[in-house]
Amino acid sequence: MKFSVIIDAFPYLLGAAVTTIWVSLLGVLLGQVIGVVVCVARQSGGRAADIAGGVYVSFFRGVPLLIQLLLIYYMLPLVGIDVPPLVASIAALGLASGAYVSEIYRGALNAVPHGQSEAALALGFPGSSIWTRILLPQAFRISVPALVNELILLLKASSLISVVGVAELTRTSQTISASNYRPLEIYLAAGIIYLAINGALALFGTLVERRLQQA
Amino acid sequence: MLDLSLLVQYGPALLRGFGITILCWGAGCLIGMVLGFALMLLRQLPVKPLRWVIRAYIEVIRGTPFLIQLFLLYSGGPSIGLRLEATTAGILGLGIYGSAYFAEIFRAGYQAVPKGQVEAALSLGMSYGAILRRVIVPAMLVSTIPAIVNMMAILTKETVVLSIITVPELMYEMQTMAAETFATFETILGMALFYWLLVEVVSRLGRRLEARVTRFLTHASPQGSSSETATARA
Repeated sequence: MKFSVIIDAFPYLLGAAVTTIWVSLLGVLLGQVIGVVVCVARQSGGRAADIAGGVYVSFFRGVPLLIQLLLIYYMLPLVGIDVPPLVASIAALGLASGAYVSEIYRGALNAVPHGQSEAALALGFPGSSIWTRILLPQAFRISVPALVNELILLLKASSLISVVGVAELTRTSQTISASNYRPLEIYLAAGIIYLAINGALALFGTLVERRLQQA
Repeated sequence: MLDLSLLVQYGPALLRGFGITILCWGAGCLIGMVLGFALMLLRQLPVKPLRWVIRAYIEVIRGTPFLIQLFLLYSGGPSIGLRLEATTAGILGLGIYGSAYFAEIFRAGYQAVPKGQVEAALSLGMSYGAILRRVIVPAMLVSTIPAIVNMMAILTKETVVLSIITVPELMYEMQTMAAETFATFETILGMALFYWLLVEVVSRLGRRLEARVTRFLTHASPQGSSSETATARA
């Protein structure tokens, strides 16, 4: 063990951690959008939309993320879209996350009393504003803990995008430990950074949850 | 699409890879469960420092990516004299990773065993070992089966990550095949479909087992059904 190695590498690791964080955040944001669209489509888009949504959710929850990532990374160029690894990674994280998020929302929607949308219908709300004003805001509040959990899971999963060469925390640790032959110290440091980020996220989640409960 | 003659040529390698996948998965699950169970039991002892250590272990394992844990074990290990072959490191890594989650699952199951049952057994003069074996564990297994099956499905997906530390499992063999034949896209698509099926089979078998184990129960287990399996990712 040589701690000076960790100190030397720390600035680089922190820089890479920033990449990890924003890639995960973009992935989660994309996942939110996809998740909400899929969830709403499955609930109110008829049978075909429900089946298509079901297949999407089943596929992205059943196939290992690493394979999804490689699939997207190699598939996009085939259909003529040449994207950098970073974009393919965010797309993969977003698509995977979307499948989980749509299920989270589905569960949360079940917790919103049925009488509310009926009351809204009786008051003459159009279908779209029942979703945007009544169902989704409440579903969001109910699902905050699950969504924070989702963000933590995605942050850990983002280590896999090192495979397609995105210079995030895991990839940078690999590069550094390959040049200084100190894998133990470097990966320990990386692990500590991941742990710290996840700890902060969990704390943030608790705060938001408490805040929402007050409101 | 995929040239079928490739499958003949690479069939043996793929089969071998699949064997290693199953081996890693089975051994990893087993180590994870045994270790997780031991951790759960140790946590029940009234020794505060021991509890903190176990709690820290669980938090660290659950708070860091599986890939980083694997790198630490496989590349970092030799620095402290721990020289493991890729497959051994993979199995051990899966086991350690799983143990933290299994420990939490078992803890929930342990706490869900009605206190009255344990007290009744005590008053009947049963020893702690006998209570554990005949009262707590059977009740615990029934109530935690959905969560256990879910974790096993998750570990099925995690075996893919082992290919990164060059464990010659299915994913690794398929990537070799893709690199040698340039049929990259078809191979990965085939792989995706195969794992989709595999995870589905594991979940279904788990649901069967669950139905079998809980057939004498009049009410559903507290964790609900495992029909929502594979809720975490690999």
